[in-house]
Amino acid sequence: MRGIALIWQFGEVILAIALAPLFSGWIAQCRAWMQNRSAPPLTQQYRMLRKLFNKDAALAEDASRLFRTTPYVLFGTMVLAAAIIPSVVTDLPFAHAADAIALIGLFATARVFQALAAMDIGTAFGTLGARREMMVGFLAEPAILMVFFNAFLLFGTTALTGLVDNYTTHPSVIDPSVVFAAIAFTMVLLAENARIPIDNPATHLELTMIHEAMVLEYSARHLALIEWASSLKLFNYACIGLALFLPWGIAIHGAHVGSVLIALFALLVKLAFCGAGLALIESVSAKLRIFRAPEFLAMAFLIAVLGLLVHLLLGANVNA
Amino acid sequence: MIAQFWGNFLSTVFSHPLDSTLLVVACWPLIALACLLRPHSIRYVARFLFLVGALVCVAMFLLAGTFLISGHSPQVMTLPLGLPDLPFQVRLDALSAFFLLILGLGGAGISTFAAGYFRSGEGTAPGLLSLHYHLFLASMAVVMLADDAYLFMVAWETMALTSYFLVTSQHRIPEIRRAGFLYLLMAHIGAVCILLSFGVMQGGSCQFTFDAMRSASLAPFWATVAFTLALLGFGAKAGLVPMHVWLPEAHPAAPSPVSAMMSGLMLKTAIYGLLRVTFDLLHVQFWQWGIAVLTLGLFSALFGAIFAGVQTDMKRLLAYSSIENIGLIFTGLGLSILFAASNLRLFAALALAAALIHALNHSLFKSMLFLATGSVLHATRQRSLGKLGGLIRSMPCVAALALIGTLAIAGLPPLNGFVSEWLLLQSFLYTPQLPHAFINMLIPLGAASLALTVALAAYVMVKFYGVIFLGKPRETLLAQAHDANWLERIGLAWLAAGCIAIGVQPQLALHAAGKTTGMLVGQTIAPDPSVWRIAPIAPEQASYSGWIFLAVILCTIAVTFLLVRLLAHGRVRRTAPWDCGYPWQTSRMQDTAEGFGQPIRHMFGAFFRMERELPAPTDLTPRYRVHIEDRFWRALYRPIAAAVQRLADAVSFLQGGRLAIYLLFSFLTLLGLLVFVL
Repeated sequence: MRGIALIWQFGEVILAIALAPLFSGWIAQCRAWMQNRSAPPLTQQYRMLRKLFNKDAALAEDASRLFRTTPYVLFGTMVLAAAIIPSVVTDLPFAHAADAIALIGLFATARVFQALAAMDIGTAFGTLGARREMMVGFLAEPAILMVFFNAFLLFGTTALTGLVDNYTTHPSVIDPSVVFAAIAFTMVLLAENARIPIDNPATHLELTMIHEAMVLEYSARHLALIEWASSLKLFNYACIGLALFLPWGIAIHGAHVGSVLIALFALLVKLAFCGAGLALIESVSAKLRIFRAPEFLAMAFLIAVLGLLVHLLLGANVNA
Repeated sequence: MIAQFWGNFLSTVFSHPLDSTLLVVACWPLIALACLLRPHSIRYVARFLFLVGALVCVAMFLLAGTFLISGHSPQVMTLPLGLPDLPFQVRLDALSAFFLLILGLGGAGISTFAAGYFRSGEGTAPGLLSLHYHLFLASMAVVMLADDAYLFMVAWETMALTSYFLVTSQHRIPEIRRAGFLYLLMAHIGAVCILLSFGVMQGGSCQFTFDAMRSASLAPFWATVAFTLALLGFGAKAGLVPMHVWLPEAHPAAPSPVSAMMSGLMLKTAIYGLLRVTFDLLHVQFWQWGIAVLTLGLFSALFGAIFAGVQTDMKRLLAYSSIENIGLIFTGLGLSILFAASNLRLFAALALAAALIHALNHSLFKSMLFLATGSVLHATRQRSLGKLGGLIRSMPCVAALALIGTLAIAGLPPLNGFVSEWLLLQSFLYTPQLPHAFINMLIPLGAASLALTVALAAYVMVKFYGVIFLGKPRETLLAQAHDANWLERIGLAWLAAGCIAIGVQPQLALHAAGKTTGMLVGQTIAPDPSVWRIAPIAPEQASYSGWIFLAVILCTIAVTFLLVRLLAHGRVRRTAPWDCGYPWQTSRMQDTAEGFGQPIRHMFGAFFRMERELPAPTDLTPRYRVHIEDRFWRALYRPIAAAVQRLADAVSFLQGGRLAIYLLFSFLTLLGLLVFVL
């Protein structure tokens, strides 16, 4: 029994690592279509990774050990997150390592390491990117905490596997607050993953870049690991969103091979739609000035709080 | 034979915990006296006596730890000391043992560091410094052991005075004297409040033992008065906003081990005092008390984090960060009072455990960071963040250990700061079960404010570590900075090991705190069946495992590293930094501490009073200056100071300078008192 759970656990992590670049590639392809550009092939991300792994790493002269370790740490944290998030099955032995709130902490670890590494060389852009990234971080955390608070009020747990289990076993629970939470979560997802409107993954324009400014000094295998970790982060965030708001199809406890295959198929379909949706949002919105970012994330926070209040008020009515 | 002797010895020691604890406490004054033998010898005082003091701390840690684990019942004793009718009473129970554990654990690291830190020719003679230092340690231990108001106040005042002398050890600098005076003033205002609170709590029985106060039945009004006075008094010691003003002045003024002691250990005595009064003596009567503590705590936490973000002096930054952490601890206390008064005992135990563990954690990582600033200060002679940078290359050991402290204080898993903050957020999740509908709607916002604070703390700590240790050196001299000596390294490593141990195996801390919550709120969090993780309420609801965090991350790093080496290669070419191709880069182009504070100044402008001088385009010598001031100075303290001054002026006619008049005043006072008494 535990053996099979370990196999699912391992398989899910491998799946996440393998699929993450594909998901980023799919979003890039959708964006290209929507913007009337000729789309890069789906495998473009994999090719880029291969190219980077084979290059010689150019390292700044005074780069410290922290700088060289960080790409591995980032990759490690994102792999751990993928092990915790139930994307295909919920019978995951490692899922007990963290609930949703501890998962925020895990992402914060990755963020802090990346910011510290960006400051290591001491270039103007690196420190600028680190400062902005940490700023987006402290603005996003209250909003995402409110989303999880809402989920806790609905299902009585913050463990993601528990949420999925409760959701699929009691599908009758439909609450307007979920809509608010979903909107807030999407906004946080965009901000945390350096997407438009907070950051643009496709440019190196000095005045606006955040994520790209932090990784400017990286090259070759280090850069490959960072890029891979970023796409894993996006994949993880998408899977958290799916587990919270669209958990249908995920194989719950005691699942057999058939239902896991169905869950895998469901995941692919959901990710395809989700990726297209993200591409759509990114195509129709403009990049915000950096000091509009607080407003954007404050709005995400307020929407999440509204959802919470809606739930509490409705609950108060029901009780009365 | 020898083994048998030691076995008997240890069993005797651990079966009489209170006697052994008192003996251990008595060692510190003895060390303090021994310092006076050769007060000017650094080798004798620092390298030898401080190490003995560190061993005493370890003994204290072990005693308190075994007391907690074995679950002894409270032990009381009356000492043959004190005034004829007021003998000193001491008591060792789970609450005092938990705080003695903090004292021993933190004190051991700090004393070891201090053994390597003090040099000759810095302010007060090392012997005197060491005298105050060890008396300070002993008085903190006595505060936690006292079982009557009299002994408590005596120890409390000794603590304030010895720490005052420690703060002003470089008394030739006027700013340090000023900071010391402010500290002493605030400490005494707090002490007066605490004294009055004890006066209210004895309830007319004139019995000042804590036993009498436990059994006294106070009217709700008087209980609330006693609680408010205690909150003010202990809040002033803890640095709760708005009584925080002494903290950012006194901590930078003191030598680094003393800052570490004050921030890591002394602030905890205030937490201890508030817990003793609220839970043990007053038996948590009203949920409104919880709201007051919660609001003050949340505001202090946010305030401290925001102000830490805009500091440019590394020790001031840490001092504000202490205000933030004290705020987090008070938040946990407030929630716990709220739950306990609403009879939700299990959740009260959860919130209280979060607060206690955060107190323990803060004593570890904050002491460690203050000590690390001490090493930096000795190596560079700089406290200003604008003149540091790049020390990871010249001080690799301190930088590596400080990184652990930085990650821990930023609340990142799998280190200890995360555990307590996670438990605190977990206890917020259960607030909707409180029986107050309106409060229930507001408290989630408290959770959001907590999340903002924690994330801001991460921002502040990236600034702290990044500006000091990373990047290019901002001054040319920094390249020759030397690493800390081995005693300093052992001290730092001891504290770092504590941070890692509690982060990875939080059951240890949870078990220790469980005994205290069991005593104070009558509930403990059920231990998780699995030793690998903690699950505060139920494993289906939320769980955390530091082991899995650490193991999976480390394994992934190892496997990735090997795979990259096997499938690709490990070639490295050293070049100049790329920086988008800009060829001419200097260390001045990095973000400064001010630059790092800019987003915070921009977003939280309402918190500050800011003065800025911006250069005009035509300036030949352009100058940029920004000065941040605490609004509380102008809004609260200056008016009070002015009022006190006016009052003093008004009664100054009494001070005529003639002895006969003064004697007349004394006579009249005596007469008045006689009339009053008769």
